[in-house]
Amino acid sequence: MIKLKGISASGGIAIGKAHFIGKEEFSIPKRDVPYSDISLEIYKLEEALINTRKELINLQEKVAQELGLTHAKIFEAHLLVLEDRVLIENIIEQIKVKRVNVEYAFSESIKRYKEALLKLNDEYLRERAIDIDDIAKRVLRKLLKVSSNISEIKEKVIIVAHDLSPSLAASLPKENILGIVTDIGGITSHTAIIARSLKIPALVGVETATKEIKPSDMLIIDTLEGVVLVNPSEKIIKEYEAKLKDYIEKTLSFYIPKFAKTITKDKKEFIISANIEFPEELELVEKYRAEGIGLYRTEYLFLGRKDLPSEDEQYKAYFLASKIAKEHSVVIRTIDIGGDKFLDQKDTPNEMRPFLGWRGIRFCLSRTDIFKIQLRAILRASCNLNIKIMFPMISGVEELRAAKKILEECKEELRKENKKFDENIPVGTMIEVPSAALTADILAKESDFFSIGTNDLIQYSLAVDRANEKVAYLFDFGHPAVLRLIKNVIDIAHQNHIWVGMCGEMAGEPIYSFLLLGFGLDEFSMPPPRVPQIRHLIRNISFKDAQQISEEALKYSNSKDLELYLKTEIRKRIKEFDLISAFL
Amino acid sequence: MLRIEEEIVVNNRHGLHARPAAIFVQIANKFDSSVMLKKDNEVVDGKSIIAILSLGVNTGSKVQLIIEGEDAQEAFLELKNFLESQDD
Repeated sequence: MIKLKGISASGGIAIGKAHFIGKEEFSIPKRDVPYSDISLEIYKLEEALINTRKELINLQEKVAQELGLTHAKIFEAHLLVLEDRVLIENIIEQIKVKRVNVEYAFSESIKRYKEALLKLNDEYLRERAIDIDDIAKRVLRKLLKVSSNISEIKEKVIIVAHDLSPSLAASLPKENILGIVTDIGGITSHTAIIARSLKIPALVGVETATKEIKPSDMLIIDTLEGVVLVNPSEKIIKEYEAKLKDYIEKTLSFYIPKFAKTITKDKKEFIISANIEFPEELELVEKYRAEGIGLYRTEYLFLGRKDLPSEDEQYKAYFLASKIAKEHSVVIRTIDIGGDKFLDQKDTPNEMRPFLGWRGIRFCLSRTDIFKIQLRAILRASCNLNIKIMFPMISGVEELRAAKKILEECKEELRKENKKFDENIPVGTMIEVPSAALTADILAKESDFFSIGTNDLIQYSLAVDRANEKVAYLFDFGHPAVLRLIKNVIDIAHQNHIWVGMCGEMAGEPIYSFLLLGFGLDEFSMPPPRVPQIRHLIRNISFKDAQQISEEALKYSNSKDLELYLKTEIRKRIKEFDLISAFL
Repeated sequence: MLRIEEEIVVNNRHGLHARPAAIFVQIANKFDSSVMLKKDNEVVDGKSIIAILSLGVNTGSKVQLIIEGEDAQEAFLELKNFLESQDD
């Protein structure tokens, strides 16, 4: 048995035979076409274009239904290529003038455009050459009357490929795909997104998958361990089959009755809430039984448009969130623009180090015009008394004071205008800059709550740019420095009698949720689909236990040993832990 | 017949790349007038996505928009507006 490591792009266990999707290379015959057959060749072209168009529209509809309109839009440019009159005229001209067959004329014309795109000094446009390639292959298959090897899939298989284009991933016959293994790709690729939404376990970045795996090899994908097992023994297959069956039976039990609280075995209550980035996600709060919204990001209201959202538009959005959260609370983070997200070209400063630059609260404090409109909208939406305000990127208490002063000004304005709002609206500080974590005692005296943003906190304290693949491996939840900072923030918050939440990715990572529970974190906010599993986890352990284990955990000098320790301890307490984690 | 020719600075956040280029072509095809784009002495058909993509228009590029036909005025206004906006 060989064990290959990869990155889990979509959680789960899959057991099945390997099916290769290779690079398609067509051999294109070149034939002379007699004058009498020219119109036949042109007819073949039209037919192929029309059929490909139908195929793509079906695919687009399927993606729109399953993944939403945003993802379906990736096929818009594909469709326009099919209708492109310059391309079509070019092909027809070649058929007429050079008297060549349609397949040859088509592939030559496409080749010319592809080469033109590849020559451009622009990464993004060069990638469009891949789109054109993708569409060209679809047309060629029609012309040559060959079917893609996807349609040959008649039994349940695990797909093995060097890479999968989004259109290929979306056209996989879902009912026959047990899992996906690819050589390249990351967790944010279109393929990964598609796999996740189809709930197909996927391991990407396996590097040598297509070399080490042979067609029809028996495979097991285990995303918890991040491995694919090639030709495992009967015994191991049996073990995994049992795990799989067990999981399916247990899945349903994660869905906790509506109003049940998240209480540990020794009766301590915690809040498990949802991170919301887009308004479409609001329905997931109810679906996954999240206890409110621990992070409501407001950037979507501002990005991708020319004008600014009005106070009324924002008010409506915030009020809707407050209504959806019902008896729970909504933590609205004021606009966190900058770093890698910008409002408008004109405002985009050419910064050497944007993550150390004009972003978050720094942006708001210098653009009080924008900031005030947002604060007024949040205040006006706060009549249900469940909205809380949080300021991002606070690096010292002066920024917090300045932001609160502006909030007070907005309140005063609204009072004068006789508009209702929550006079005691809680104001929290997002702890994501190491200086804020280290001065938590100062900030706590002027904050109603804290929320720890782990992604930035880790990036800044470990000096790691996660998007840089050469150093991404250093991004580490379990680094002792990270754990000490977090522990410090939680302890200080409690000493000052304020609650503390976490809205970073770490809160939804099961072993770390367990550790954070032991630290006494009050609120865990995470992507909605993770909520049921984490609630299940917390309801099945005791806080006392978690406390003891987390104390022990702080003694570990590296996260590898730490994670092993935590896993072992959790497994002792929750038999189905591996399954819970595997399916995140 | 009306002919309009004007230089425009493309502000669209990603230039005329896949999605914006697709939208540009969709707008251009709504009109009967011919739409041409000229950049660095290269002229391409503005109703062809492939032609536009291969022109390589980045944000901040200057392009000449040349429109000819009965509805040139309407076409010009809509396309200019799109090229100069930051939406995509």
